[in-house]
Amino acid sequence: MIRFDQVSKRYPGSNQALQNITFNIDQGELVYVTGHSGAGKSTLLKLIAALERPTSGTVLINNQNISHLRSAAVPYLRRKFGLVFQDHKLLYDRNCYDNVALPLHINGISGNEAGKRVRAALDKVGLLDKEKAMPITLSGGEQQRLAIARAVVSRPAILIADEPTGNLDENYAAEIMQLFNAFQQVGVTVIIATHDVRGISPQAKVLKLDHGHLTSQLGSGLGNENQNGTPGAFS
Amino acid sequence: MKPWLNQHAQALSLVTKRMKTHALATFLMFMLMGVTLCLPGTLYVIVDNLNRLAGSMQSDPQISLFLKLDADEQTIREIADKLEAHPNIGNHRFTSKDEAWEQLQQNAETAAVAGNLEKNPLPDAYFVTPAPLVPEEIESLQAELQQWEGVELAQLDTNWIKRLNAILQLGKKGILVLAALLGFALIVIIGNTIRLQILTQREEIEVSKLIGATDSFIRRPFLYAGTIYGLGGGLVAWLLLVAIISLFNVSITDLAELYASGFRLDLPSLETSVAIIGSAVFLSWLGSYIAVNRSLAQLD
Repeated sequence: MIRFDQVSKRYPGSNQALQNITFNIDQGELVYVTGHSGAGKSTLLKLIAALERPTSGTVLINNQNISHLRSAAVPYLRRKFGLVFQDHKLLYDRNCYDNVALPLHINGISGNEAGKRVRAALDKVGLLDKEKAMPITLSGGEQQRLAIARAVVSRPAILIADEPTGNLDENYAAEIMQLFNAFQQVGVTVIIATHDVRGISPQAKVLKLDHGHLTSQLGSGLGNENQNGTPGAFS
Repeated sequence: MKPWLNQHAQALSLVTKRMKTHALATFLMFMLMGVTLCLPGTLYVIVDNLNRLAGSMQSDPQISLFLKLDADEQTIREIADKLEAHPNIGNHRFTSKDEAWEQLQQNAETAAVAGNLEKNPLPDAYFVTPAPLVPEEIESLQAELQQWEGVELAQLDTNWIKRLNAILQLGKKGILVLAALLGFALIVIIGNTIRLQILTQREEIEVSKLIGATDSFIRRPFLYAGTIYGLGGGLVAWLLLVAIISLFNVSITDLAELYASGFRLDLPSLETSVAIIGSAVFLSWLGSYIAVNRSLAQLD
């Protein structure tokens, strides 16, 4: 489903953000991208979601090479993903309902159909009673859940989250991680970048980054041993 | 509903909702556009009406046909027949050299001059009133009469009409320049307004782009906003124009009555009305299109 082949990314005027990254993500997998901050986790997610294009190498999403994608086609590719950003990126000038409805509007869905889907998404994250509330009145964990509702409302096949538990205390973080696990169990491919390796579920695949190199790639069943992965094995 | 239709409906309802919450700002925008556009509109209507007035006076010009001094009775009669038969000539009046001489001597101002002359220097003459024609046709008629046998000089007194026409042409050009300048100003004003709106919604645009909004999705509400500003502004301009003309007409009918004329300013024609409102919509759409495209390019 997602395939990286010798991918490098360099931002103008800075060091190489990613170097020679090669991996493969199958449909329905739960994937963690770990590493210290600045290791290139966010860049990796941006490449997957076609928010950035690689400097070299090939990124294939559903057998589509995103380097060769026309810029007019990029928005349609992005709609295949549900994105949860580290800073939520909620819109504070509208209520929860309208925040979640935004991706549907982009897809041209409105009216009853949109209403049903928005409420289903809010229900899934446990915010159905906060429909009319403004995001600023929600707690940090609730805001993150709202962001997740927005990411899943258009039923994407791939859910991508960048440090979704970054600013949350342990209880909230566990709650959020359970949510992601639940989505993975219904067949959604879930990719999560996190520096916090405590809550990683044992059946997950783990990609460990270090200074832009992929230092270990551990498949399902290897549990939390990713900390001891073989450095440089895949770089 | 089809998705694309749905998206247009959404954008439109979003924009009208926003305009309702900022009703005063929207109203001021309409007024600004209306006043700006009604300026060249009013001038145009005035010049257009003057043109009509000048046109109604163009049936007045006369061609004075002075015959050769040695023209005999027969030539004079032949010319009379030809004038009678000519389709472009309304009527004609003959003044013989003797009649003219008499008039010259009777006129107190010219009597002294006439007294110094020993014999009548005046030719026979026809005063020809052409059928209602455009100035160019009258000129060619004059050239044609000049060629006739026995005619010394066919003189056309249309200089004042030419001058008036030239002035009106100049006026029209001036209005065109004014309209172009104000149109440019409108594009800038609308562009700037839309740019500010984009700035206040920058977050929303950024997030929308991240989750897969196309450029046209982002552009759409702003283009609708521009179009609505144009429509509102155009309507205000039209209403102002009608009000101004009606106000003028009150005094103009009084004035025209003193000259025993039924002249009054015409209200803008359907074409003029459509042109005013249409150009307002177009200029405003163009201004927002430029603004939103520039902003999108900056976001990328």
